[in-house]
Amino acid sequence: MDNIEPKILQPEGVAPLEKAEPEIEATAARAETFEEPLTTTQEEERISIASNWTLVWWRFRKNVLAVISTVVLIFLATVVLLPDFFATMSPEKTNARLAFIPVQSIHWLDEGQLKPWVPSVEGKRDPVTLKMLWTTDETQKTYVKFFGSSWSYSVLGLFESNIHLVSGADQTQENQIFLLGTDRLGRDQWSRLAFATRISMTIGMISVIVSVVLGLLLGGISGYFGGWIDNIIQRLIELLQSLPTIPIWLALTAALPRTWSPEKVFFAITIILALRGWTTLAREVRGRFLSLREEDFVLAAELSGASQARIILKHMIPTFTSHIIATSTLAIPVMIVTETSLSFLGLGMRPPAISWGVMLQEAQNIQTLALAPWLLTPGLIVIVAVLAFNLVGDGLRDAADPYSH
Amino acid sequence: MLRYILQRLILIPILLIIFSIMVFALVQAPPGDFLTSYIATLASTGSSLNQETIVMLEHQFGLDQPVHIQYIRWMQNLLRGDLGLSLEYQLPNAELIGDRLGLTLVLALFAFVFTWAMAIPIGIYSATHRNTILDYLVTVVNYTGVAIPNFMLALILMWFAYSQFGLSITGLFSRDFEQAPWSIAKVIDLLKHIWLPMIVIGLAGTARLTRVMRANLLDELNKPYMVSGRARGLSEWQLVMKYPVRLSINPLVSTIGWYLPELFSGSLIVATVMNLQNIGPLLLRSLINQDMYLAGAILMIYCFLAIIGTLISDILLVWLDPRIRMEKV
Amino acid sequence: MVTQVHPLIKPTNDLANEPLLKVEDLKAYFFMDEGIVRAVDGVSFDVMPGKVVGIVGESGCGKSVTMKAILQILESGAKIVNGKVTLRSRVHHGDPNSAEELIELTHLHPNSRQMRRIRGAEIALIPQEPMAAFSPVHTVGNQIMETILLHQDVSKKEARQIAVDVFRAVGISMPEQRIDSYSWQLSGGLRQRAIIAMALSCNPRLLIADEPTTAIDVTTQAQILKLLRKLQEERQTSIIFITHDLGVIAQMADEVVVMYLGMVMEKGSAMKIFKDAQHPYTQALLRSIPSVQSHSRVKLPTIAGSIAHPFNRPKGCPFHPRCTHFMRGVCDAAQPHLVEVDEDHFVNCFLYSEADGAKLMDKIETAPPVEKSL
Repeated sequence: MDNIEPKILQPEGVAPLEKAEPEIEATAARAETFEEPLTTTQEEERISIASNWTLVWWRFRKNVLAVISTVVLIFLATVVLLPDFFATMSPEKTNARLAFIPVQSIHWLDEGQLKPWVPSVEGKRDPVTLKMLWTTDETQKTYVKFFGSSWSYSVLGLFESNIHLVSGADQTQENQIFLLGTDRLGRDQWSRLAFATRISMTIGMISVIVSVVLGLLLGGISGYFGGWIDNIIQRLIELLQSLPTIPIWLALTAALPRTWSPEKVFFAITIILALRGWTTLAREVRGRFLSLREEDFVLAAELSGASQARIILKHMIPTFTSHIIATSTLAIPVMIVTETSLSFLGLGMRPPAISWGVMLQEAQNIQTLALAPWLLTPGLIVIVAVLAFNLVGDGLRDAADPYSH
Repeated sequence: MLRYILQRLILIPILLIIFSIMVFALVQAPPGDFLTSYIATLASTGSSLNQETIVMLEHQFGLDQPVHIQYIRWMQNLLRGDLGLSLEYQLPNAELIGDRLGLTLVLALFAFVFTWAMAIPIGIYSATHRNTILDYLVTVVNYTGVAIPNFMLALILMWFAYSQFGLSITGLFSRDFEQAPWSIAKVIDLLKHIWLPMIVIGLAGTARLTRVMRANLLDELNKPYMVSGRARGLSEWQLVMKYPVRLSINPLVSTIGWYLPELFSGSLIVATVMNLQNIGPLLLRSLINQDMYLAGAILMIYCFLAIIGTLISDILLVWLDPRIRMEKV
Repeated sequence: MVTQVHPLIKPTNDLANEPLLKVEDLKAYFFMDEGIVRAVDGVSFDVMPGKVVGIVGESGCGKSVTMKAILQILESGAKIVNGKVTLRSRVHHGDPNSAEELIELTHLHPNSRQMRRIRGAEIALIPQEPMAAFSPVHTVGNQIMETILLHQDVSKKEARQIAVDVFRAVGISMPEQRIDSYSWQLSGGLRQRAIIAMALSCNPRLLIADEPTTAIDVTTQAQILKLLRKLQEERQTSIIFITHDLGVIAQMADEVVVMYLGMVMEKGSAMKIFKDAQHPYTQALLRSIPSVQSHSRVKLPTIAGSIAHPFNRPKGCPFHPRCTHFMRGVCDAAQPHLVEVDEDHFVNCFLYSEADGAKLMDKIETAPPVEKSL
């Protein structure tokens, strides 16, 4: 028996096996010949015992772009949760005298030392055009601090904090840091962007969640029960899908009373976006249910007396959850773009609420834009967010269903 | 096949009736109407309308009637081809929409042709030259193309042209032709201006179509009929163009159904940004000013175009694919 | 027409004893991210005119890749890395009275005009799944006429007539109407006949039938085999018949090539292979066929284990992990070579290796039988 241990320790197993030969002869010889195939079996075993989610993750992490995009989305999610932490000042604070200040980039070194600062700006009014012209004055330095303390805010309603990503080093002096410049009313773009991210991202995500719930429910009913219910739901989906989306959305948002509070408008827009969003998902879910109904494992569950709810929740839905997650991820950017477009036209979110679209309203005039191109930064964030969601969604879809392509 | 098309045709009036109810409900929905806001505007400037005029106007536009009567009257007029009067402009809606509708269609058509003319060849190239540098480049451009909202693209291009070259690339016509009656010179002027909005509106669709075309073609290129074709001595080019390309375009045809309506309505936002004289900005203005009959008329046009788009793709799909064509006969 | 003289072509009138197709040490590898798959690893065999060569082996043994390599239609990523494929081709493709020449196919570029003219006209393929081998959006006739127009100098109308004639020849009734149908409108048997018609449409002298009967039911299968046999005898076409079904081979083949993991294990006349199989693999294959004489309710023997993973190909003889005659230190050490054990009967096994056979025989330790019952 003493040969067993070294055999395990030494996969090559040449020496111990030779010792073993007289005892078990050919059997041992055969065992050795199986060595190479064994490594495959171990690999296969590792794969075969991995849960579906582990498999999805293994495939997903191979996709570099999708992983990078996930990081981007996690960052955006932190902004959504903690806009105050990222903001350098109140997003509503206006100061007409500080309009259209250009982007101030952070200088990291000061006289050879690591001491971040931003240059001050000095405004002069052009006597002819009466426009403010800003020049940066590199001698006037505003020192900035990372993770310094400033005004306090509530963290998710749990506790108070006054830590900010960037703040002025000198708390007695009024903060003059405009990392992304200012707009027409002298509002700080950087801080506004943090709060806009919160609204735009949540609108996208909540409307997708509503869509998913509706889609699962109606698609599931349609596919599982069939018959006249299916017929009605299918006709409804066809009807909604043949609507010209953007004009109808415009009319819907235009019909929202002007007097409504930003919160009310927020929820109304979420619902409006979800109103059509669910149809795509419902179709997909229905298709899956239709094919799953014929599957043997569903029949087996039925025969063993499982309740309908149990069959749906425990046997059917888990087979396509990963797919639903991928589809929903791909639906978020559509919602975000639509909200941005509606708000941009003045028919979505309305000031004082801040969303990417509301911020872009400031960039409608081409002359203003030529003067202050940094007003387009919210648009760049939209592009980055949409790109990230698309890449993650595609990555998830490929990982969840490697045979779809 | 005829029966199938007839079935789809019968569906059109039903859809139109449902849509008209929805549209009317929508334009009716905002509290108050044009007249009240008009009176309020007048009041703020100090002037006022006398009661008689108000009653007269209310009657003229049917605003004194219950909602369902208003709807029926509106529908009756629509069926007679009468789009009603604009409350704001005090002009027949048909006149206001007139040329703008034509421009909407022309723009959408250009964008559509652009999309297909670009996407199919690029998709074919990309799929047949998989994993080459150009294929990667196409993929990158596709992802960005999908990610840029078209109004952002318009803004960026306009800003770039203005700040770099001092050009204002808005509108569909030069100033001289804006009000001019139609002439060959005006058409040429239109062609000179239309390419940019065409690209802006068509880019996202092109990117998506290229991606789908590439994916479909990659699937088809692995099909056994390719082996069979090669074994018969067909050259790669003959083979790819006759079989897989045809088979991968077929399912794309069904996308026309949503792509055409998307082009009609998607141009709306771009038109507002780029100041294109199509029905988009008119709808926006009428919605904001509660010019309900104008908004209703334009919305109905959009609905109609959407239904026609779906119909076209349904018919094309059946016509191109013998499997569906023969089953549905 | 003046015959082109090509350096690789030896026009000669004295080819009567030459094989129609000669495959020598053919190697085709797949180059993938995960590694190299040696799908075909040194395959040699001859196809004599008018003879049927059966190639038999389990799925994944490289049968189909060998055929694709012969036709030079390998998927991208796969390459012929060694070997010679020589075809005794007619100077005027498709013309039965044409003079002949020898062409080395492996020297032609896969996409060259010359190679393309050989495909379909000299060597035709009957693919595995007739349903998938036809495009679903083109009529069957369209695809057959395409082949005819490609290889023969005829008008569209004549091409159609030729297509109708081959349809009739393969026993399709109402050929004039059937020619305008789509593949999915035909029954399995008709589809199979149509694909055979397509292969025959340009009078090739060599047919490669890649598991032509796997997708159809047994009755139709018998009819198709009978048809192929009949056509082969009438036209004196040579056939390379690929299958995993030894029963089909027994019905069809004159010569048999047994393949395992890209290598030829044994080859010889059908008579010798079925009556006097020498290689342990062939023997095991033959034992696993049900026979009329076998007793009912007795479990059929199977071959233990399964075909190795292509990336983890066993060292030495590829069959050694499953072999009942495995010799440690021999079979897993080096690769055996084909040895002629009898006239026209070759075996690729150390049991018969002439060179070091004597030495090996002393060392043989026969492992206990590993056939396990199902």
